[in-house]
Amino acid sequence: MPTVTYIEYNGTEHRIEVPVGKTVMQGAIDNNVPGIDADCGGECACATCHVYVDAAWLDKTGLPAPGSQEASMLSFAAVTQPDSRLSCQITVTPDLDGLVVRMPEGQH
Amino acid sequence: MSQADNHVVIAGAGHAGGSAAALLRQMGWTGAITLVGEEPLPPYQRPPLSKAWLKGEADADSLLLRPAAFYAGADIGLRLGTRVETINRAERTVTLSDGAALSYSHLILALGARPRRIPLAGADLAGVLELRSAADADALKAALGPGKRLAVIGGGYIGLEAAASARALGAEATIIERESRVLARVACPMLSHFFEAHHRTRGVEILTDAQVEALTGTSGHVTGVRLADGRQVDADAVLVGVGAVANEELARDAGLPCDNGIVVDGAARTGDPAIFAIGDCTRRPLPLYGDRLWRLESVPNALEQAKQAAAAICGKPAPAPEVPWFWSDQYDLRLQIAGIPFDAAEIVLRGDMALDSFALFHLADDGTVLAVEAVNAAQEFMGGRRIVAKRKRLNPAQIRDMSLTMQQLAA
Repeated sequence: MPTVTYIEYNGTEHRIEVPVGKTVMQGAIDNNVPGIDADCGGECACATCHVYVDAAWLDKTGLPAPGSQEASMLSFAAVTQPDSRLSCQITVTPDLDGLVVRMPEGQH
Repeated sequence: MSQADNHVVIAGAGHAGGSAAALLRQMGWTGAITLVGEEPLPPYQRPPLSKAWLKGEADADSLLLRPAAFYAGADIGLRLGTRVETINRAERTVTLSDGAALSYSHLILALGARPRRIPLAGADLAGVLELRSAADADALKAALGPGKRLAVIGGGYIGLEAAASARALGAEATIIERESRVLARVACPMLSHFFEAHHRTRGVEILTDAQVEALTGTSGHVTGVRLADGRQVDADAVLVGVGAVANEELARDAGLPCDNGIVVDGAARTGDPAIFAIGDCTRRPLPLYGDRLWRLESVPNALEQAKQAAAAICGKPAPAPEVPWFWSDQYDLRLQIAGIPFDAAEIVLRGDMALDSFALFHLADDGTVLAVEAVNAAQEFMGGRRIVAKRKRLNPAQIRDMSLTMQQLAA
């Protein structure tokens, strides 16, 4: 099962096995990783599952670019960076084994 | 230390209660947690019940807030199929409907709301449905399909979303609304008329200014709705969606202040410092709107108050106030609302309603943006949320000017 590492804003790391087909957001919620709110439950409607994707993964095969809805939502998420993504829009694949994401200070 | 000194009991295992239990663990609560839920399912998401779940596009696992195994793994006691029946505040105990008694150090009331019932002849006929629980949604789903006719009493969000899902399933749908427009209590007339037009284009019949007189039936099953003006709407099933009532009786019986919702402060505390209340059952202050007390029936509100209660119980700093927000999906339309348009003096349109992508900015008389209703306009919604949070003032010409980006308007 692919492993995703979630790093909280305070530096705490969580290495979580996330089944293929689940989203990075679901992996955090299912394992009670702090720092991802996911108000809308994965509908790309709220931008409260914002993460920064480790630079090594940005161009990685298997991590498609944000869709237009995600990009629009991200443009106003709290403290957006070029490596910002909404974790509900990243579906875990075998290629993403080892993915590292960092959480912002807050989601609202 | 006995368990009673260190035991959070959560009454209600919906979105609010389930989230509070998880957040207590996230915030470091090491004592016992017991989550008491009346429904047979662990905490699940209600928003999909009128949308993806109803259309058969979501499976049972994806409906759950967290996997069923999560609670045991997080040492959260899950008591399903039972409810808290009484609170003894002096003793700090609750009794459950299964006869058990629990002692608590902190009690969180996450009792939710229930569909409002209207006293109508025929309301007890089979096929007269409401939509709150997964069981309700399953009953509604079973009544829908090609050739079936659904009558919806009440043109609110639940009714509109259910009608849209019914159409997707091939059923006919008629919405019966008492007021002169749908969404009369929750949206401005422009938005109401926009949604009415879309539903009619998709084949939904909408009857406004329509008073229901009775539900008709044969052999114990509903056959339609009779209106006060004599019209008859034939139907195989009738969904009643006329608002929700806060489940406040448990709190009221315990002497806690209630006023169409359990009254709480900004930390989700009731009149008893050991008892919190969160989610749909509460009447809460809105810091962005002069601390006006209001009932918010929404998932974001449930989560915000779950955070407030968990932080207070764990001795953590209070979370920053959030802008209330709401969303609704119907057909290919995504409505997102930031803020609440209390006492708006002016409504300004940004974008083109004919292109199905626009936003309505609700301004106070001094130009402060109170709320933004956005349809297929994620930037306007997200920018609007920021503008509302900052209580920024904008003038109508700026808002209408599409050469100004939302980044510029929100700056």
